[in-house]
Amino acid sequence: MIEARGLFKRYPSRGGEPFTAVAGIDLDVRPGECFGLLGPNGAGKSTTMRMIGCVSRPTAGSLSILGLDAAVHGAAIRARIGVVPQDDALDSELTVAENFLVYGRYFGLGKRVIRERTTRLLEFAQLADKADQRVDTLSGGMRRRLAIARAMINEPVLVLLDEPTTGLDPQARHVLWERLFRLKREGVTLVLTTHYMDEAEQLCDRLVVIDGGQVVDAGTPRELIERHCTREVLELRYDSGDLADLAARVRGGLAQPTETGAAPSPGVQQALAVRERVEILPDRLLYYTDDGEAALADIHHRALSPATALVRRATLEDVFLALTGRTLVD
Amino acid sequence: MTLTLTAVAPAPAHRRHVGPAAAVVGRNLLVLRHEWTTLAFGVLEPVLYLLSIGVGVGRMIGTVPGLDRQVAYATYVGPALMAMAAMNGTLNATAQSVFMRLRFGNTYRIMLATPLRPVDVARGEIGTAVLRGTIEGGGFLAVMAVFGVVHSPWALLDVPGALLVGFAFAGIGLVTATYLRDWPDFQLLELVLLPMFLFATTFYPLSVYPGPVQALVRCLPLYHSINILREPALGQVGTNLIAPTVYLAAVGLAGFWLAVRRLDARLSD
Repeated sequence: MIEARGLFKRYPSRGGEPFTAVAGIDLDVRPGECFGLLGPNGAGKSTTMRMIGCVSRPTAGSLSILGLDAAVHGAAIRARIGVVPQDDALDSELTVAENFLVYGRYFGLGKRVIRERTTRLLEFAQLADKADQRVDTLSGGMRRRLAIARAMINEPVLVLLDEPTTGLDPQARHVLWERLFRLKREGVTLVLTTHYMDEAEQLCDRLVVIDGGQVVDAGTPRELIERHCTREVLELRYDSGDLADLAARVRGGLAQPTETGAAPSPGVQQALAVRERVEILPDRLLYYTDDGEAALADIHHRALSPATALVRRATLEDVFLALTGRTLVD
Repeated sequence: MTLTLTAVAPAPAHRRHVGPAAAVVGRNLLVLRHEWTTLAFGVLEPVLYLLSIGVGVGRMIGTVPGLDRQVAYATYVGPALMAMAAMNGTLNATAQSVFMRLRFGNTYRIMLATPLRPVDVARGEIGTAVLRGTIEGGGFLAVMAVFGVVHSPWALLDVPGALLVGFAFAGIGLVTATYLRDWPDFQLLELVLLPMFLFATTFYPLSVYPGPVQALVRCLPLYHSINILREPALGQVGTNLIAPTVYLAAVGLAGFWLAVRRLDARLSD
């Protein structure tokens, strides 16, 4: 579906060094899968999406979409893909039905075909009763569904979604996820960017984590969690005391053999050292461990009892933060 | 790295039912249908001038001196106001609307995510502007006819004339749109347009000016636009139309050529 090798995008900046938004990305997206691009703001997700959507030319590297070279066949590729941009990009002065009409015409479709598909797509987007309403009267969730439905007007085999659920309330997100599942079931290949980890876990078969314009890691959500994280995370809150000091004391338990088993072999111990660790947050400690309950029991045992404790499953969010750091990016 | 070779059949040669530029024009017309008052105002403005100056001031002037025959002042001024209407309609569709779409709207982003290319967008915008100039100019011509200001049947030539005026100013307007930086720049534009409107023989013949000034006025696109509309309206059709036709076509083509390049550079990324 998509094959990218060494994709680069640099923007010239006045008088200074050119700005590199994407710095050598490799991607392979297979037909029928849902593929995710994850990364913090400014990581290069949207730029990558724009290159895949053939609206932005790569500065270097090769990019093949649907077996066609993106540098040569941009218009032909665009004719067969669907694009849902980050901010919906709808014609807000026009009505819902007019949006389909105008968009379909951009693809050169005839009026009859457009009318037929519009009826079907409005049904799909649960907007059948809104056909004659102006787009600027729709809610955020409706607009997003409309943007997705509109992207289907040319019956694309590949749909690109840039942060499809950003800014939506939980209900709207779930409706949207369900619609995306339906598309996938129908065999449409989906590529989406997101920084909601639950969304990536819900939707994506495979994903890449991007940071600083580069792929940091790739795999299925499960693989990534297993590779970079323990099975569980124990969150510890303390009412008083220095968190750094507490962390060091909690950490003291890490190297020791747990009461449930013998001392792990040196190799395992090393692997655990990477994954099993204690992180200090401003308000709490995160104890990454494969067995949260046992670790908590151990902490109680060592008289380090926290004010509150929570054992939860490790999520893609933990992987994401482990890979891209906690520093705020703007 | 795994290599996933996907053998997808090349896109079927699918026949377009609508040309790319026509699709852009279609979109703009649909938006205009919701904003038809803009078009109405484009016709109303020259009507106000026609009433106040053509008819009102014309009462005191009677006929225009310096012409071969007796021409009522309103008949003389009318076609010039029609040129203004066509010019304004075109410039509103380009300098203003295109500037806004380049600067704020997402219209072009939507278009470029589809098979449309920047050059299609440029062509579509020129087409829209020409259409708007012709509609607003033609609309004013109809009003003039109703007011009994037009006498010669040759005035029908003013419809294709308005189209040519629209083409010339569409090129100019589209190029301008790519140079405008922000709203204050529109004041600079106004600083060019207002004197041109006042001095490009709108209200009196060229013979009023001394020689060197005449040469200067002859360079103005509005001067030729007025000529190409006024001459037929006064029943004077002949070789006198060649110069303005050539001038306006040349300006339009040059503007179109440059505008396509400028928009292409602006919209490509």
